[in-house]
Amino acid sequence: MAEDALLRLEAVLLTARRRLEWRRRLATVLAPSVAVLVLLLFWEYGARLFAIPPYLLPGPQVVLASMRENAAALWTQGLVTTWEIVLGFALSVAVGLPLALAIFLWQPFARAVYPLMIASQAMPKVAVAPLFLVWFGFGLLPKVLIGFLICFFPIVINTVMGLHGIEREKIYLAQSMGLGSAATFFKIRLPNALPAIFGGLKIAITLAVVGAVVGEFVGGDAGLGYLLITANGNMDTALLFAGIVCLTVIGVVLFLLVELAERLLLPRHAVGGGAARDAA
Amino acid sequence: MGDAMLELRELSKLYATGNGVVRALDRISLVQSPGEFVSIVGPSGCGKSTLLMLAAGLVGASAGQVLVQGRAVTGPRTDVGIVFQSPVLLEWRTALGNVMLQAEARGLPRRAAEARARELLAQVGLAGFEQKYPHELSGGMRQRVSICRALIHAPQHLLMDEPFGALDSLTRDQLVLDIQHMWQARERAMTVTFITHSVQEAVFLSDRVVVMTPRPGRIDQVMEIDLPRPRTLAMREQPPFNAYCRQVLDLFLQRGVLREH
Repeated sequence: MAEDALLRLEAVLLTARRRLEWRRRLATVLAPSVAVLVLLLFWEYGARLFAIPPYLLPGPQVVLASMRENAAALWTQGLVTTWEIVLGFALSVAVGLPLALAIFLWQPFARAVYPLMIASQAMPKVAVAPLFLVWFGFGLLPKVLIGFLICFFPIVINTVMGLHGIEREKIYLAQSMGLGSAATFFKIRLPNALPAIFGGLKIAITLAVVGAVVGEFVGGDAGLGYLLITANGNMDTALLFAGIVCLTVIGVVLFLLVELAERLLLPRHAVGGGAARDAA
Repeated sequence: MGDAMLELRELSKLYATGNGVVRALDRISLVQSPGEFVSIVGPSGCGKSTLLMLAAGLVGASAGQVLVQGRAVTGPRTDVGIVFQSPVLLEWRTALGNVMLQAEARGLPRRAAEARARELLAQVGLAGFEQKYPHELSGGMRQRVSICRALIHAPQHLLMDEPFGALDSLTRDQLVLDIQHMWQARERAMTVTFITHSVQEAVFLSDRVVVMTPRPGRIDQVMEIDLPRPRTLAMREQPPFNAYCRQVLDLFLQRGVLREH
């Protein structure tokens, strides 16, 4: 009887602890929200207190007002930029993954291509942007290409590293099981590389945002980058901030989408990840 | 007993390192009969793991030959089950899925293989853990999964490379008993080559214990272990068992592997 009661108590305690777990998760959302709020307050009242002119540092309320006022423009220009980012990213995935595979599979090709790739990274992309303008005009294509140029590199490097970075024992194991090289690749090496590949994709998506904006800076007639340049010319600092906020939101959302894809595709790789544990 | 299961002939292995060539193995010759349980003990760095990789055909010898049932080994052997030092599990597969990898690779009939995989997992105390992922298992459990993976295709030769090195002593004791049980269940249809640095483990499990010298690894002595089977934990406390262990330790003392100050 007494034991029974003890067990019941234990059960109650366990559910309580489970609830605490929820509270902890809530805190991971709450803590940064509070931090942002504090920062915004600081910004708002700091700007007022020190009487900083709005063309230098508009307070959050001014920025918000500008966002509301220019909502339509921000939305349409934001869509243009998003489209450029997504296309640039997609192009680098479409080119980067096969390129990485070729580099992994074929040594001479790797030796030939590596210096070129590194040079393409060392080269400042802002410097080639005008060239792309001459070649491809003011449209979508040069922006996509600049995005591609910036973000294919981490995809290729991470994929190659992921494919190479496998314990020797896993390959030994495959050999001892008589697994052919194609089967070894698809059953062991590729899944083993997926976390590294997604690491590259996550870096790439944030760089794709930079690529699109750089493209628009240099020669655009649309997009948030173009809007920023225009706002700057008009000394409309509030709109400038509004554009930056929009770009940030776009970048974060796209990053989260890639992360979501990662979670859906490889729930088991995220060791200690809450999702993996709950599902099991 | 007919043909030798495994024969090592004058096997040497050199490694190139930053400061010159290191001789890991020096003219190792050893014959292992079918069904025999042989352990190889030696200090770390004596090349005993290399020896196992050579026996598996995964690494090439610098000189000498590996023969399996009279035939020279020229590439990775597929008639073996290997247990590595670390479990080498695929993180994205369940315990059952990891065991089944071996069956899939060999194209074994799925249903029968899965039944056998479950049976093997149950034998090592993992019933109910079939659908767990490696990160949800303890170190000992992971190594047990890897043992099941090495046994599902009923290999004629089981190669084990310090499989219990990273485990606590209680888990080790249990797994040593499990291995003995599984080997005996095959009624000498499975040869086992077992690498360890634990003298006790070697004496407990083996028909013969091969003692190696420090680098370059040579065979120092081969001891027949004449103890009844199945061996029990109680036997470890008894004089014959201890005499064998003592013999190995004396060799280590003589070679300077151990030092009593």
